[in-house]
Amino acid sequence: MLSYIIRRLVQSAIVFFMITLFVFLVMRLLPGDPIYMIMSRAASETATEMQLDKLRHQYGLDRPMMVQYFSWLNGVFHGDLGVSILTNTDIRQSLMKRLPITLHLGVLALIISFVLGIPAGVICAVRRGTWIDTVVTSLANIGITIPVFWLALVLMYFFALKLHWLPVFGYTSPFTDFWMNLKQIILPVFCLAVTSIAVIARQARSSMLEVMHQDYIRTAWSKGLKERGVVIKHALKNGLIPVVVIIGLGLSGIIGGSVLIETVFAIPGMGRMAVEAMGNSDYPVIQGVILVFAVMVLVTNLLVDLSYGWLDPRVQYK
Amino acid sequence: MAQGIGISSAKEAPPRVNEWRRFFRVFLGRGLVVFGMVVILAFLVAAIFAPQIAPYDPLKRNLSEALQQPNAQHLLGTDAIGRDTLSRLIYGAQISLIVGVLVVCIAGGIGVILGAIAGYFGGIIGAVIMRSMDTLMTIPLMILALAIAALLGGGLKNVVIALGFGLIPGYARLMSAQVLVAKETDYVMAGHAMGASNWRIIFRHIVPNCFSPILVVITMMMGTTILAEAGLSFIGIGITPPTPAWGSMVSDGRNYLLTNPMLSIAPGVAIMLLVFSFNMVGDGLRDALDPRLRGII
Repeated sequence: MLSYIIRRLVQSAIVFFMITLFVFLVMRLLPGDPIYMIMSRAASETATEMQLDKLRHQYGLDRPMMVQYFSWLNGVFHGDLGVSILTNTDIRQSLMKRLPITLHLGVLALIISFVLGIPAGVICAVRRGTWIDTVVTSLANIGITIPVFWLALVLMYFFALKLHWLPVFGYTSPFTDFWMNLKQIILPVFCLAVTSIAVIARQARSSMLEVMHQDYIRTAWSKGLKERGVVIKHALKNGLIPVVVIIGLGLSGIIGGSVLIETVFAIPGMGRMAVEAMGNSDYPVIQGVILVFAVMVLVTNLLVDLSYGWLDPRVQYK
Repeated sequence: MAQGIGISSAKEAPPRVNEWRRFFRVFLGRGLVVFGMVVILAFLVAAIFAPQIAPYDPLKRNLSEALQQPNAQHLLGTDAIGRDTLSRLIYGAQISLIVGVLVVCIAGGIGVILGAIAGYFGGIIGAVIMRSMDTLMTIPLMILALAIAALLGGGLKNVVIALGFGLIPGYARLMSAQVLVAKETDYVMAGHAMGASNWRIIFRHIVPNCFSPILVVITMMMGTTILAEAGLSFIGIGITPPTPAWGSMVSDGRNYLLTNPMLSIAPGVAIMLLVFSFNMVGDGLRDALDPRLRGII
């Protein structure tokens, strides 16, 4: 067990360094001069060669690549992600403002996916072949197919523009106006969750179907247990392990979705920050956003893997 | 005794014809799979023969006919600068399918080769490849594509590069797991005994034997790719206007949701139909090709 934990930690550390190397290198593969990393293209064209050289030296762009990487990495470890080209503000500070918004929506979406997805999948498995199974499975198939940005527009059309039940878009802090916030986030959170609800329901259904055929379930039935007892006390414990494992995948999907959903609903979170930075070729910001998102997924996957042994003692950690 | 052996060996090696017959029976046995095949074929025909089928030029502006509701001349209406929505939808199928096929070729090709090498040789090469795949997988596809598009700019070619790069790990992981199992089989040992080189064993023997699971993943990934391309075009970094792409059509219609909802709804339905069909066909292929289900269905 201990050696498994250590090996998994080492692996994650390696992947973390590869992420930083990737993020650093990709931005250096920029066509043209890395001076674009610190100033906009327009500004660099008007500057004289001497000014550019001075800036290059000031930011260490004339040093060897490896030295630059390690000094950048050193900054990352100290929470220094550089300065936005466009607004000239500290990237860490804008991240601190925007990350909580994305997390607020993302975590709610993740919780909703599990709360809705698991019971849906379990009911399908237990009532296999009935109309409930058909309906829920079809809905799940549609859920993994639907373009979330389109669903967002359709829901916005009905609930905000036609029925006027909800605000069209925007984001208010829950600490300023809790009810307004709640009304504003209902649609975005639902849209973010749709795909992962469907994925989780499908996974729960198939793994519960597998478990329900096993010998110990037959034993539970033959002891005369009621269906509730068999399903909840016996089958669920093993049936849900594969579902927990896909948390990382779900999170990754929700982060990807936040790019689209925050754009549709004009929510000032990290997804929108990524889109804006991309539109303005604000490379240091893009670097920071990728890094934060990747680390979130990496840590989630690590936690899932570590808890795997606790959830499933049959795993021998080989 | 002899009879018993005869029967069992006959069971183990059924004639090839039955194999195909069983494949089609299982594959075409489900209504949704047939539906999916029909939809994919329909979109394929629409994409290939778009110039003949489309009633109008998808790029032709006609401000006097702007923002029409669906009518006899324009079955799905017209957009803000008078372009025919149905024609744009038909031409949009070209983009979705071209991106899907190219991305599958790039990601599938590179992923299968990397996965096969990692699974076959293992060791340091394998570890480097698989950890690289882990790294790529921690970056959500949308974010990765966004970053690559930021570097290279939008447009068909760069969307294909971004998605082709981002989807490599799915294939590589599948392939390396497959090869790990195949490596221990008798036919690989026979290959070694006959003096075949490692590369010959990998690409002439192991890869063709892993064809079924790869085909299933390719079909599923078509859906994923089309959805991702639509998402990128929607936020305006995918296919550059005025080329009709379904994602950007949904986005263009946003400002006219109240008056002309069809502008956004129609391309969304097209995306959904095509992605749903690829998923259903993938499900069908999995059922028909999975050797564990042989004899059950």
